[in-house]
Amino acid sequence: MRKTLLESLTYGSLTEPAPAPDDSALAELAAKVDRAAQATLGRSLAIREVDAGSCNGCELEIHALSNAFYDVERFGLRFVASPRHADVLLVTGPVTKNMRQALERTYNATPDPKWVVAVGGCAIDGGLFRGSYACVGGVSETIPVDLHIKGCPPSPTDLLKGLLALLEHVSGKR
Amino acid sequence: MGILDSIPHVNAILSHRPWPRAVVTEAGWQAAIDRLVEGGLTLLGFWGEPAAVHLALLDGGSADVAVVTYECTAGAFPSVASRHLPALRLERTIHDLFGLVPSAADDLRPWLDHDAWGQSYPLSGRNASREVRPYQFLPAEGEALHQVAVGPVHAGIIEPGHFRFTANGEHVVRLEQWLGYTHKGIELLMQGANLEAAAKLANRTSGDSAVAYAFAFARAAEAALDIQVPRRAIFLRALMAEVERLANHFGDIGAICNDASFALMHAQTGILRERCLRAADTAFGHRLMMDVIVPGGVARDVSADGIPAMRALLAEIRKVFPRLIELYDNTASLQDRTVTTGIVKADYARQFGAGGYVGRASGRDFDARRTFAYAPYDQLSFEVPVLEAGDVNARVWIRIREVEQSVELIAQMLDLMEPGEIRNAPPAGRGGCEGLALTEAFRGDVLAWLRLDGELRVERCHLRDASWFQWPLLETAIEGNIIADFPLCNKSFNCSYSGADL
Ligand code: SF4
Repeated sequence: MRKTLLESLTYGSLTEPAPAPDDSALAELAAKVDRAAQATLGRSLAIREVDAGSCNGCELEIHALSNAFYDVERFGLRFVASPRHADVLLVTGPVTKNMRQALERTYNATPDPKWVVAVGGCAIDGGLFRGSYACVGGVSETIPVDLHIKGCPPSPTDLLKGLLALLEHVSGKR
Repeated sequence: MGILDSIPHVNAILSHRPWPRAVVTEAGWQAAIDRLVEGGLTLLGFWGEPAAVHLALLDGGSADVAVVTYECTAGAFPSVASRHLPALRLERTIHDLFGLVPSAADDLRPWLDHDAWGQSYPLSGRNASREVRPYQFLPAEGEALHQVAVGPVHAGIIEPGHFRFTANGEHVVRLEQWLGYTHKGIELLMQGANLEAAAKLANRTSGDSAVAYAFAFARAAEAALDIQVPRRAIFLRALMAEVERLANHFGDIGAICNDASFALMHAQTGILRERCLRAADTAFGHRLMMDVIVPGGVARDVSADGIPAMRALLAEIRKVFPRLIELYDNTASLQDRTVTTGIVKADYARQFGAGGYVGRASGRDFDARRTFAYAPYDQLSFEVPVLEAGDVNARVWIRIREVEQSVELIAQMLDLMEPGEIRNAPPAGRGGCEGLALTEAFRGDVLAWLRLDGELRVERCHLRDASWFQWPLLETAIEGNIIADFPLCNKSFNCSYSGADL
């Protein structure tokens, strides 16, 4: 264990053999998100993720935001367990009818000021599941949405760009 | 001897491939259930149509498969679940979607239908209503018992579902799941869709198994149409399937350790998972490799830098992963949480036909890649790891061993792959036909069954995730454990919600 820890400290291979060209851009992007969050909220951004019936593809990419490549926590983005601790709801899926009530309740449990980001094609308009007897359609048909992030699923970089856009939009409104 | 030799049947459906399908009377239906109850056959699938129900059966010894069909002329069929428990959730689903009644059923509570769709029996073709009663969880009685209700929205970034724990102090006396929150009506959306649109839906049945589902769907369509897939496409498909398996196994190994508060492993495997996704993106233009596998082959060839990306991925895994195995093996605090926790009994794994690491960690030696030897696995050499302990630790070790196997499989495929065609266009005007296929997703076997009309549109398609037969075993695995170990047990199963809710 100690050996692995020590090796991790000198791992280095994340930027080796060749750093992916967009990694520095990524760090810059994430830092911008951090600054915008600080400026807007005066603290870090607490995100509550709500799966409203997704295929789970979007969740996988939201998870990836926390891996060592993106490591969004260092920029003040935190995923929280309760909507009561959240500034932002990140909602995925075509809002199945079986999840509509849970989504509404989660929204109502989130204190103001709050923002809703609809993530992925499904969350925008139901995506491929649009028109199903079992789906409501886009998130905005159930709760108000501040921003849509496109993609099926959006990549972690797309997610970061989206969150930055949200923060800039919010501070611009003030 | 084929399965149908011992099951009296009326007539065989000739357009069903590659295995037979036959219509049976009640005697044949009961004979099929008898064979399931005795353990001679394993339940592979159970699905409905507006006026029929189908059972897919596996003879594990001979790798033979057959489908038997009971025509529900009076809107009812003899209950399978009342005699063979693994059929229960599927039977409740058939009732929810089609309104067909399993006669003599012990449990007819709705499963997917939460009374929110605004209609009942949506796939029956009639707009009926059902009597609505509040959902009843099964009782657990005794002094000092209390209930803990969790979900559908969980604390983490995971899919929605409801867990009802009854506990005595710290110890779980009973866990009951209620799912269906992610039910999207995929099977109805598929009806009338052309192959391309239906394949996209299949891809999004369970995002973590996008490749496996697209693969199963494509193979079912190809079986129905009786067409061959070009050799290069066969290798590209399996290449994607193994990269998907790697990515998920890395994610799972880390997540299980993380739930035992060992975040270091999570960080390390997270790096390997991201490497897989980036290699996939480089090679196939999509991190989860959605919409690349299509009926007839693949939609696009691997990019020029895709093969070097794959080789680099293998090199990285070979360098880093052995150290992580050592780390797992030598961390006592971790082993303390995983060894003897959440045991699935071998008998249950066999009875339920549990696939993937859940079955293989409990002694069930089954892997669709080997049992059905579908191309290109018939040309590749690999081992299927099996353990007996059935605990969280065993499920971790199966994943570890499977990572090693997948690395070797990918290496073999990269060596064997040759330039060539990548798609045979599905022929038009074949007339109605039916196909069945199974592929091995990271969490177990995925079944795809479909019927196509003469215009190559889907008349009916059923997809069955391995989770259907794993979720109930999670209920048994948690008994006697403490609630605090539930996340660990749950993560070691990592069952799909979307894949099972459809
Ligand atoms: S947008 Fe795509 S990846 Fe996300 S939940 Fe919908 S189908 Fe899945």
